[in-house]
Amino acid sequence: MTSALNRRRFLAAGAASAGAVATGTLTAGAAKAASPFEMKEWNQYLGAGVDDEPYGTPSDYEAHVVRRNVPWLTADSVSSINFTPLADLEGFITPNGLHFERHHGGRAIVDPAEHRLMIHGLVEKPLVFSLEDLKRLPSISRFYFIECAANGGMEWRGAQLNGCQFTHGMVSCCQYTGVKLSTLMEMVGVKPNGKWVMAEGADAAGMNRSIPMEKVMDDCMIAWAQNGEALRPGQGYPMRLVVPGFEGNMWVKWIRRLEIGDLPWFAREETSKYTDLLADGRARMFTWVQDCNSVITRPSPEKPWLDRKGFHMISGLAWSGRGAVKGVDISLDGGNSWIPADLEGPVMPKCLTRFNLPFEWQGQEMLIQSRAYDDTGYVQPTFAQNRSVRGVNSIYHNNSIHTWHIKPDGKVENVQLV
Amino acid sequence: MFSWCKMMKSQTIFAVAALVGLGFVGTALAQDYQRPSVSGIGSVPSEAQIAAWDIDVRPDGLGLPIGSGTAELGEEIFADRCAQCHGDFGEGVDRWPVLTGGQGSLTEHRPEKTIGSYWPYSSTLFDYIYRAMPYGEAKSLTPDEVYAISAYLLAENEIVERDQVLNQDNFAQIKMPNQANFFADDRSKSEAYTERCMTNCKTEPVTIVSAAPELDVTPEDE
Repeated sequence: MTSALNRRRFLAAGAASAGAVATGTLTAGAAKAASPFEMKEWNQYLGAGVDDEPYGTPSDYEAHVVRRNVPWLTADSVSSINFTPLADLEGFITPNGLHFERHHGGRAIVDPAEHRLMIHGLVEKPLVFSLEDLKRLPSISRFYFIECAANGGMEWRGAQLNGCQFTHGMVSCCQYTGVKLSTLMEMVGVKPNGKWVMAEGADAAGMNRSIPMEKVMDDCMIAWAQNGEALRPGQGYPMRLVVPGFEGNMWVKWIRRLEIGDLPWFAREETSKYTDLLADGRARMFTWVQDCNSVITRPSPEKPWLDRKGFHMISGLAWSGRGAVKGVDISLDGGNSWIPADLEGPVMPKCLTRFNLPFEWQGQEMLIQSRAYDDTGYVQPTFAQNRSVRGVNSIYHNNSIHTWHIKPDGKVENVQLV
Repeated sequence: MFSWCKMMKSQTIFAVAALVGLGFVGTALAQDYQRPSVSGIGSVPSEAQIAAWDIDVRPDGLGLPIGSGTAELGEEIFADRCAQCHGDFGEGVDRWPVLTGGQGSLTEHRPEKTIGSYWPYSSTLFDYIYRAMPYGEAKSLTPDEVYAISAYLLAENEIVERDQVLNQDNFAQIKMPNQANFFADDRSKSEAYTERCMTNCKTEPVTIVSAAPELDVTPEDE
């Protein structure tokens, strides 16, 4: 009985895979012309039991929803970045398996029994914590986005990558559980001249960044869980730093050390990298905050309207490292006029916020944009505004208003305007 | 179904028995509860444990280990341990980082941000090489080797002489040529965008100046 059932399932899966190869994607029913109203295998035969998949995985029909890399961006995929498939996500939470990854020395596999967090330097009493130690402390769970400072960095000179996964996918949003850094700082007793904290990872890159004490005491955390389960190795298992609203590079993964000092360290990742070169040759440093930003995820190059005239939901994501998203406006004419979109909620500070706008499409050509503003009054700028201050060589912190060109056939292209 | 119910029943019986058996006459009564403060968690590291991990180096020289090296010595080590990615003279192989040259290029169309043209502090060289290099075999260089490799890269960038001995006393005093061009984030002043135009926002007609499909560099699924 069992082997016959497995065989039938295997054959069905094989047919689905063959269909996927033929069409290039695995979309429910796309490869088969059969009617949904005919008898299906799943209408008749038993499915798998509860023991076949101790840790659940997505449907085979969602196999196209994966992180992707841009191979030409970096010298080696070990020190590189992949992108979250934003167009296929709903709500504001990024599933752990789709969270973008950026490593400087590869995805470290750390044995928690052999891992410690040391806090020392300008403190009354240096301390070392195991993961078990940290889990005994009072913990909090908070929703925050994390965004690589280089998100959108390939678009400074012009439209380059045709997909919101690649133009904006260096952002994710999760619920993090861990201990507030202020709790740990109180335990070690920071000396009065302790104004900076250097965070360092245990991976082969030994990633280190300087963080001002004011931010450390405000809302930073050492997290061990993400979306209710242990951090994934790619996100710093067994523990990582959470620096809400600040660039992702500061969220040191596999964190093993916090040194308290009176001055910043000017580490490689805050001098050679993650500084913003301006047109006049000067460079900004310590550009920590991720500016208010947004992107329409549907329609997008990945989610075209393809001759489907009629009702559509325009939907996207907005965020601000300064606070909460207060609103998002949508333009259909390349920024000449704007319509307030609906925020779906919950709206939380330093967290992705979904926006929507219902729209009746008659097949007309459009240049659609989203423009977010936050509760500090900051309004997302245009490319022209950002370039007028920064030029086109700063790589990081591109939060310019983004444009999708909706063509009469419903195809969607990444374009830039004047 | 039958066995599940039976199991539940036996567990309930067991739990009731446990409560009765303990009697609950201990001191853990709600009216005596006082919220404790955090204490007694974590351990104090030894000096040796701190020293084993405390490898960071700051611009003021804090953290520089005892040691020394010259560019002449560093050239050999660099050829052996670094040149595979960075090239014999720091010119970079394929897309690996270029470490030398680029002076005067920061305002050009394709700026070359190297140690000599861009990095503001010499200490960053030591801190980074010692912790992260060689790529794939991090933390395998001795302090003397890191002084020597740093000296070689600084000499190739014409910042120190080839025979100059660099050590814990003089390394932090090296002045990097581009240091004065760095300044702290000023976006809150220079980019304080607050205008939220709603109608007639464009004075000129909108035109498309670039479209991503024309470049054709977007990765595609196989």
